[in-house]
Amino acid sequence: MRETFVATTTALLAEDPRTALVLADISADAFEPARRRHPDRVLNVGIREQLMTGVAGGLALTGLRPFVHSYAPFAVDRAYEQLKLDLGHQDAGAVIVTIGGSYDASAEGYTHQSPGDVALLDTLDGWTVHVPGHPDEAAEMLRAAARHDDRVYVRLSAIHNAKASLGTDLKVIRRGTSGAVVLAVGPMLDPVLAATWGLDVTVAYTNTPRPLDTQGLVALRPTEVIVAEPYLAGTSSRVIASALAHVPHRSLHLGVGRTEHRAYGTPADHAAHHGLDAMGLRRSIEEFL
Amino acid sequence: MARITADRKHAPSAYSTLDVLQVLYDRVLHISPETADAPDRDRFLLSKGHGPAAYYAVLAAQGYFPAEWLDDIGGRGSPLGHHPDRVLVPGVEIGTGSLGHGLGLAAGMALGLRAQGYATTRTFVLLGDAELDEGSNHEAIAYLAAIRLPVTAIVIDNQSATHGWPGGIGVRFPGWQVSSVDGHDHDEIAAALGERPDRPRVVIAHVEPKGQ
Repeated sequence: MRETFVATTTALLAEDPRTALVLADISADAFEPARRRHPDRVLNVGIREQLMTGVAGGLALTGLRPFVHSYAPFAVDRAYEQLKLDLGHQDAGAVIVTIGGSYDASAEGYTHQSPGDVALLDTLDGWTVHVPGHPDEAAEMLRAAARHDDRVYVRLSAIHNAKASLGTDLKVIRRGTSGAVVLAVGPMLDPVLAATWGLDVTVAYTNTPRPLDTQGLVALRPTEVIVAEPYLAGTSSRVIASALAHVPHRSLHLGVGRTEHRAYGTPADHAAHHGLDAMGLRRSIEEFL
Repeated sequence: MARITADRKHAPSAYSTLDVLQVLYDRVLHISPETADAPDRDRFLLSKGHGPAAYYAVLAAQGYFPAEWLDDIGGRGSPLGHHPDRVLVPGVEIGTGSLGHGLGLAAGMALGLRAQGYATTRTFVLLGDAELDEGSNHEAIAYLAAIRLPVTAIVIDNQSATHGWPGGIGVRFPGWQVSSVDGHDHDEIAAALGERPDRPRVVIAHVEPKGQ
């Protein structure tokens, strides 16, 4: 997905003079050809993430459309107040594109991981949150985000599903008859499909948890809702509870645990630790149902 | 200023900026209520959002909004708060209050203006000396020096930084053009803010120490 991001943004910089890109050293090498072609609109501020988003806010206030990029913990956790004030409070927008997510950087340790990024953005108003499940979805989201001035977060991951599912509406991937709906967010789809093989559940998919397509969810008339999201467990519980306020239902929210996992290894090891691999998901879903 | 009574808490910081703001709006900035939305207007950013009474008074005197607004700062329904909000107040370029945000936004604005070919538009940002304690400023100071972007920072020095600045404020701006002025001397201030520099510059405006 990172390669898709570099290729798509490089193309947008060439096509649309409103597009700008602000970096804080991360991925600067990959964008060097674009920087040479558009030195006024591709800006690397060095390892300064507060400034990265401050500069984006200033660019937006002059009419440009800034894309901002770093690891999720640096772009969101570290510079949270810049997101809140230099964008939101100024009534300005930007497209924040992150890598690393919850534990793509499993061997780097907790400093390079941000399971809480979507929850942090949930404290702020007006953010669209995309969690693409496939590089083709990411390309579509980035292109759409270049055409307006709102606040958009694109959470790229090194992990993706086998097939792309374009569009941002909630989609039914596999239909069951029981009233149980498993909603998979972004890269959680393939593990959820594997975990629910042979179970009578409906599997739904979204790559855009904010704003969540709640109409699509309500239309499924779920009696049980199981959410599998690749970031902090329970992040979407507020949105789901509100959407289904008048629909009797039980709910289970699966995701990354709150407790720091002080171990390295692979992203797959971390997924297994948090019960987000196919086996762990199956266990949780069967227990709940 | 006399009609502003609500913001007593920040009164010293309000008066410390008055002369600089008057000089900026009367003699330096190419901007008026009629051109407040012109893309090539000069930009003035009040980073030090504390004590905006002088800022509001100058904007009202310039005709950005009715002077009656000054009678109800911080009141229910008033567009004027104890920290300025760009969405609510005509002529205000950025909403501030939390310290250390203006220089980064100014850097982005100056870069955005340059990228769009507004070669003569200037960007000014006003900070307080205590505000320089915020680390975010130093990200912007170092970057602006590295890219030689001609932003003008004005630091109002009323010696309010708790631990002071060994070596003075100027040494906190390596690579910048540094000058000092009497923060109440209009001609000195105007001279220091004239001409477009070829790199970032900081004008340190000395006023009486806070609390005196």
